[in-house]
Amino acid sequence: MPPATSFTRRRFLSSTGLLVLIASVPGARAAEHSGTLPWKPFAALPPDPLPGGRWYVLTPDEARTVEAIVDRLIPADELSIGGREAGCASFIDRQLAGSYGSSERLYMQGPFTAGLPTQGYQGAETPTGRYRDGLAALNKHTRATLGGKAFFELAAAEQDQVLKDFEAGKVDYKPAAGFFNLVLQNTMEGFFADPIYGGNKDMAGWKFIGFPGARYDYRDYITAHNKPFPLPPLSIAGRPEWKTGDK
Amino acid sequence: MARKLPRKDVVIVGLGWTGSILAHELTDAGLDVVAIERGPWRDTATDFNVAYAPDELRYAVRKDLFLQPAQEAMTMRNSTAQTALPMRDYGSFLPGTGVGGAGTHWNGHTWRFFPSDFALKTHLTGRYGEERLSGLQIQDWGVSYDELESAFDRFEYLCGISGKAGNLNGTIQQGGNPFEGPRKREYPLPPMQMTYAPTLFAEAARSRGLHPFPTPSANLSGAYVNPLGIAMGQCTACGFCERFGCANYSKASAHTTILPVLMRKSNFEARTECEVLKIKLAADGKTASGVTYTDVNGATFEQPADLVLLNAYSLFNVRLMLLSGIGKPYDPSSGEGVVGRNYCYQTNASAQVFFEGRSMNPFIAAGALGQTVDDYNGDSFDHGALNFVGGAGINCIPTNGRPIQYRPVPPGTPRWGSAWKKATKQYYNNTLAFSSQGSSYATRGNYLDLDPTYKDRFGRPLLRVTFDFPDNDIRMSNWVSDRMKEIADAFGGKQVVVGRQQKGWSSVPYQSTHNTGGAIMGTDPKTSAVNRHLQSWDVPNVFVVGACAFPQNAGKNPTGPVGALAYWAADSIRNHYLKNPGKLVEA
Repeated sequence: MPPATSFTRRRFLSSTGLLVLIASVPGARAAEHSGTLPWKPFAALPPDPLPGGRWYVLTPDEARTVEAIVDRLIPADELSIGGREAGCASFIDRQLAGSYGSSERLYMQGPFTAGLPTQGYQGAETPTGRYRDGLAALNKHTRATLGGKAFFELAAAEQDQVLKDFEAGKVDYKPAAGFFNLVLQNTMEGFFADPIYGGNKDMAGWKFIGFPGARYDYRDYITAHNKPFPLPPLSIAGRPEWKTGDK
Repeated sequence: MARKLPRKDVVIVGLGWTGSILAHELTDAGLDVVAIERGPWRDTATDFNVAYAPDELRYAVRKDLFLQPAQEAMTMRNSTAQTALPMRDYGSFLPGTGVGGAGTHWNGHTWRFFPSDFALKTHLTGRYGEERLSGLQIQDWGVSYDELESAFDRFEYLCGISGKAGNLNGTIQQGGNPFEGPRKREYPLPPMQMTYAPTLFAEAARSRGLHPFPTPSANLSGAYVNPLGIAMGQCTACGFCERFGCANYSKASAHTTILPVLMRKSNFEARTECEVLKIKLAADGKTASGVTYTDVNGATFEQPADLVLLNAYSLFNVRLMLLSGIGKPYDPSSGEGVVGRNYCYQTNASAQVFFEGRSMNPFIAAGALGQTVDDYNGDSFDHGALNFVGGAGINCIPTNGRPIQYRPVPPGTPRWGSAWKKATKQYYNNTLAFSSQGSSYATRGNYLDLDPTYKDRFGRPLLRVTFDFPDNDIRMSNWVSDRMKEIADAFGGKQVVVGRQQKGWSSVPYQSTHNTGGAIMGTDPKTSAVNRHLQSWDVPNVFVVGACAFPQNAGKNPTGPVGALAYWAADSIRNHYLKNPGKLVEA
């Protein structure tokens, strides 16, 4: 009996939400290795960023709503830029465009039954579907209760209250708390993940708390106890000032 | 229809730590060995590239190196009164896949269990009486610490473990773990240099009369060449160990210790992205004739072999036995049957101390860089006046400062907005955490079997995990949490928060990938699935190697004993089984 889906190395590496359009590889086959070390220099695939400047999954209205949400979850203040400027909405959009958004790597066979809290999320809905549904519910809620306005048209204090109500599940939308937790989790990912994924602009999230990023050798600092770490953060893609050309 | 392949001497299911060790030992003995691995080929140069390995989102959050639930999930419930549902995403624990297995993304804590752990029933009954064990299903391993000593030693020298001996040939050593069993020689490398938090922890513990010592670490404190001639480098404390492959050749895994030698042998072959469907039994049901597997395109093959070694992750070894009809499945209502019996886990709690004005620099870290206190672990303290058995190691091992998942704030802090920002900024560099890792003892009701409803992509039943923390273990963990509070108070921090383990195991938050039992070893075929040589009581040309063999779990990480059991089983096969194939122990 043939497998329902095949897992190839390529699929595996496409999972980060970056290599979007890779279907199963027809020529894929199991590998046999004997008498040799099958090492291939530079064979591995680094993450391959999706170009910015467009939305991949979110509609323009959905994108405006997500941008408004992430700017309340991480507001701009004297400590850092806000979630919107940091690219958290763009990060979320690109994640939804990849295997994360479609739950491709999760166990999605039925039957689907509401479980106990100890059994985790048991819904059939993917993250992309949960965003689509939740964002619509959010705007429906604000239009019904706050003078016909969409979420992104509200004042900051009103937006905060709506988000608190969703977080506490105190709205007429059953998955409200679960949806809020999903957006909060993804927003934090966008603020603190490596900038190659479209968020954490100029490593603002890392500078905010003092995380040095993708540095790989701290041997000179292991025993420098209780001393501030002196070097600036570093991304997988390097540092902005390292870039030359097309300025 | 499965295509039948030419016979091999040995077929190994799973090319992780134990599969690699067994393959190396048995090819050395001249056998023709094939290993079948359902995940991809992986090695340091190709897959853990130094330029992009430190990527928290990809590896730690999206879990790129782990087994994906779409490939194989399992179901869970806390008791037989509940309906098990699938873990649609792995959370509580994270099984590995691919060459190197879960040993690719481990942290490197490399322990020997205490001598008393191996004869636990005999030891505890002798010290406290049988009544103390009521409600538990504790058993002896059937093999002693002394018998395993050389196997532990071989695994530690294979890996280049950094540590300080606490007991050399019976003489207690200053600076090591005074509670450990006697070892014949020192660790191959000295302890790692300590970062700030474990240094503070050791001072606080010492001030309370405890005996902190450097955690034995497979993150290397210096350059090392192992007995197979493979060179490794010094750990750079990058803070990307658990959930990551090491890009630096400085965390021991099959890739950095065995595979460069194993892969060059002409009598070894690895087949990757090939998933074993079942072990094929001969018509008599008492001999395995080989395995059937499917490759990535869905073509199925039969691989005949004289010897079948199950070296998958502990839970998947158990599932393959159940799917293949090897050994009688365990039934919790009657207490009879052996496969699935004595599934155990780990009983943990954590403590946090919040400071002001410090630079803890949590990002300068390695998976096993830290200090441990074993004064309250196993039976190293008197339980006479206490209402539990077992114990916990207390560990200050800050493994990382990766900020998607590491952003400590005091309880009551909002999860978002300006107040969240302020607290996050304040405490990221001002928090010291340590934790207890407690024993998990078997009960009649915690077990593994096949799920009646949910199937994998081949239509095979998923494994079903029925587990909750036993009352004994909850009492143990809470008592150790009280001891952690005493240590935490000694720091003089601004605020102390100590967690307490509670009933109701949840599959959602990460806790520990230390799943043990289900195919346990022992001396009685009525209460163990494999004998003291890890040989199936029912099908003697099948050996099952892994943490599934532990009759119960100790308050320590299992990889050290798993490595030792691999060498122990290899010796049993080389020195006994090959000379006279058949049952090594008569029931």
